[in-house]
Amino acid sequence: MSAPLLARSDAEDFLYAEAALLDEWRLDDWLTLLTEDARYWVPPNDTPDGDPGTTLFTIADDIHRIRARVTRLKDPAAHAEYPRSRTRRMIGNVRVEPMAPGPAGETQVLVHSNFVIWRFRRGERVREYVGHYRHTLRLAATSWRIAHRVAIIDAMELASLGSVSLIL
Amino acid sequence: MTEQPMVINDPASFDFRVNRAALVDPAVLEEERARIFDLCWIYVGHESEVRAPGDFRTRQICGRPVILCRDDADRVRVFLNSCRHRGAVVCREAEGNATHFTCFYHGWSYDRAGCLDGVPGRSAYPPSFDPAQFPLLEPARVASYRGFVFLCFDPEAMPLETYLAGAREYIDLVIDQSPSGQMEVIRGVQEYDIEANWKLLVENSFDDYHLLTTHSTWLDYLRNAGVEMKRPERGHLLPAHGVGRALGNGHAVVDNVNFRGRPVAKWIPIYGEAARPEIARIREELVARLGEHRAARVADTNRNLVVFPNLVINDGSSVTIRTFHPLAANRMQVRAWALGPVEETPAARAIRLDSFLTFYGPGGFATPDDIEALEMVQAGLATWREMPWSVMTRGMAKEGEQLNTDELHLRAFWLEWQRRMQMAPRRGVEA
Repeated sequence: MSAPLLARSDAEDFLYAEAALLDEWRLDDWLTLLTEDARYWVPPNDTPDGDPGTTLFTIADDIHRIRARVTRLKDPAAHAEYPRSRTRRMIGNVRVEPMAPGPAGETQVLVHSNFVIWRFRRGERVREYVGHYRHTLRLAATSWRIAHRVAIIDAMELASLGSVSLIL
Repeated sequence: MTEQPMVINDPASFDFRVNRAALVDPAVLEEERARIFDLCWIYVGHESEVRAPGDFRTRQICGRPVILCRDDADRVRVFLNSCRHRGAVVCREAEGNATHFTCFYHGWSYDRAGCLDGVPGRSAYPPSFDPAQFPLLEPARVASYRGFVFLCFDPEAMPLETYLAGAREYIDLVIDQSPSGQMEVIRGVQEYDIEANWKLLVENSFDDYHLLTTHSTWLDYLRNAGVEMKRPERGHLLPAHGVGRALGNGHAVVDNVNFRGRPVAKWIPIYGEAARPEIARIREELVARLGEHRAARVADTNRNLVVFPNLVINDGSSVTIRTFHPLAANRMQVRAWALGPVEETPAARAIRLDSFLTFYGPGGFATPDDIEALEMVQAGLATWREMPWSVMTRGMAKEGEQLNTDELHLRAFWLEWQRRMQMAPRRGVEA
């Protein structure tokens, strides 16, 4: 096996930094990690390997809607996240795989990881989102950016998780 | 029933109130199960979800496990998902295709028509044992209207078409999106719980009064994307004219002039320039098939329809089928699907699904705030002993047309709810 293009420890550092930004609600800073054509998907629980062109997803954002999502979440009128929830993300089992180059021939890698995200709100039960991420990281100039992030929830249905009002 | 009236309707003094006990009291829920869910036509699923003989879906309907499937005679069937032997659930998968439904406990198996055709060690049963007496049981009534499959546990119930009353016109409008009159449920279900009474979601599903306040971030999103958002006339809270209508038997609708874009067929900038020709082509087909007037009715209005008691068909930014069942007085299970014409091109299908997600669903820009609103109502209703009444009088003093932001349609639901709660429950259920 040839040496990976991105060392696992570097991929871990990247994912940990991303998780910290999201846990700290530094959403504008988080946006800077994304490419100009980034996508963010949460597939439906019954079709985790679906395509949003043919399957009804929970979330299937292009970069415009990702930015609109951040704009919305920063607004106190995003009632589902006001008052804001506290979250804590744990990320592990990171694996880096080679993948085909990006649209302009950029180097890309596919990073798999497992996540647990706990969501806390005053007076509410704890919600525990468990699943795995597939991050497509693209080498832009000298730094890695997220071209595509897919958060696949393991639960068979959202059920008591309710909505997905935060960015998983 | 409790001693207090649950709905006060006094048009002469413009008074309409709902007793909040109806939303919090577990005893009321028990009455609802007997007087509403066991007596009304209840949505099970869509014929397109079981296309081929042997295709099946399992789901919980009115607290019962059921199988929706298609038999070898190409008929859509609904069975109670429980073995005639000891009662175990016979089909444990969410969906698939099967030649038989076999109970794993003792191995009794049933064919696609529900007939018991396998009993291990049958010779030990007495000679009087007749497998023909033990098919998978069907609900008292099963019927479809334009692909929507309903069941009813009341053998005396009126026919489904009669029951649907004025709701049929609105279902027909949805179906007219399809050149062949065939709509299909698209893959991917949104299934989530809301910690609120199920009737709060009935109200919320066609309460346009809340749009401006609860969904300001969604309206901002549309505005920022270049969608025209001017209010058309005085007295309107929203950017387009809309009315509320009662449709009989507790069904009701808000029927609005579209401003938010429609995959069939009203382009908005959010769809992107590349989508313009596709939307124009769909529009041309509509006009050629239905004429200008009917095409405009289909394409330029959006309608949120409540079929009493627990089916919502929203033909808005996309078409969603949403149904919900109470799990407790303060909790419901919601399931939602997208519906589209079978002949939709891949490009149009992609627009439909993308458009769905801008508003609807647990990850959309609006539904999470609806869920929050309903859960905050339920939390606030803990004060029901001190504040027993909810006000529902918008539009009551008006002559004629009721706006979508009025509450005529909500009152229609609650009046039917009250009427049914005062009727006798199904035989065998204690009053």
